Amino acid sequence: MERNHLQRQIAVMRQSLFDQGLVDEQFVQLEELQDDANPNFVEEVATLYYRDSSRLIHNIDQALMKRPLDFHKLDSYMHQLKGSSSSIGAKKVNAECNQFREYCQIGSAEGCVRSFQQLKKEYGALKKKIEAYFQMVRQAGPDKTACSRN
Amino acid sequence: MVVGKVVSSTSHESAEKRLSVLVVDDDPVIQKIHKMMLTNKFKISDTQVAENGKQAVDLHRCGAIFDLILMDMEMPIMNGVQATMELRAMGVESMIVGVTSHGLDAEKQTFIGAGLDDCFAKPLTIQTISSLLQLIAD
Repeated sequence: MERNHLQRQIAVMRQSLFDQGLVDEQFVQLEELQDDANPNFVEEVATLYYRDSSRLIHNIDQALMKRPLDFHKLDSYMHQLKGSSSSIGAKKVNAECNQFREYCQIGSAEGCVRSFQQLKKEYGALKKKIEAYFQMVRQAGPDKTACSRN
Repeated sequence: MVVGKVVSSTSHESAEKRLSVLVVDDDPVIQKIHKMMLTNKFKISDTQVAENGKQAVDLHRCGAIFDLILMDMEMPIMNGVQATMELRAMGVESMIVGVTSHGLDAEKQTFIGAGLDDCFAKPLTIQTISSLLQLIAD
């Protein structure tokens, strides 16, 4: 009974990632790669993403402190962040990456700063939610993830 | 679904073709995902990763041959455009498919003009890889 309840919670939590627009179809693609031999693949990818992207976030933070802004460098960093964000299906983060890059194109320092603040919010929100989700999945043990969308 | 070994049979014999793929990308997340797709989903046991264009070129200079090369566009040291041009200049005839998050057509066209067989947006889907492997197998 308790296990069923946990499974239901996992399913609800997973669905909310999609319903809240935090992740997109790419997340499902990652889940499809998960199997008995690689039961934690999605979590491994997410962990790798947060480890690698924190470096980029830091670089962008540093670059945004310099004046005048080097929009080319900022765009390059954001291009990298966009690439890996879209690969894990981080939908809202990816959207903010696009917005930031648009501000880089028009050379808007204010736009870049504002957009980056929003990006970090979305980035943090996804991280919190996804970590809670995987914690619950780990609690349930192997073969207990709800991989089908309701 | 296409698998790493493609078995074709005629009335008198059967032949196996073991496919090999090179993933060229500096992003560790992409490396992991694409490698997993290839090795786990499509059973391509010979999947290698190069972190930039130079590594990809050096592999070929050492005699490596691949059926399919998945080439990222933006990479340090040597980018995908330069790497593709060098590989084609070396006479590499493998299928080289560009993988990029660039939305601008002009940049994609530059990449394709370097010698790609095709170019797709990141991230590659299982379906796209399946289609590519099927093309090679046929």
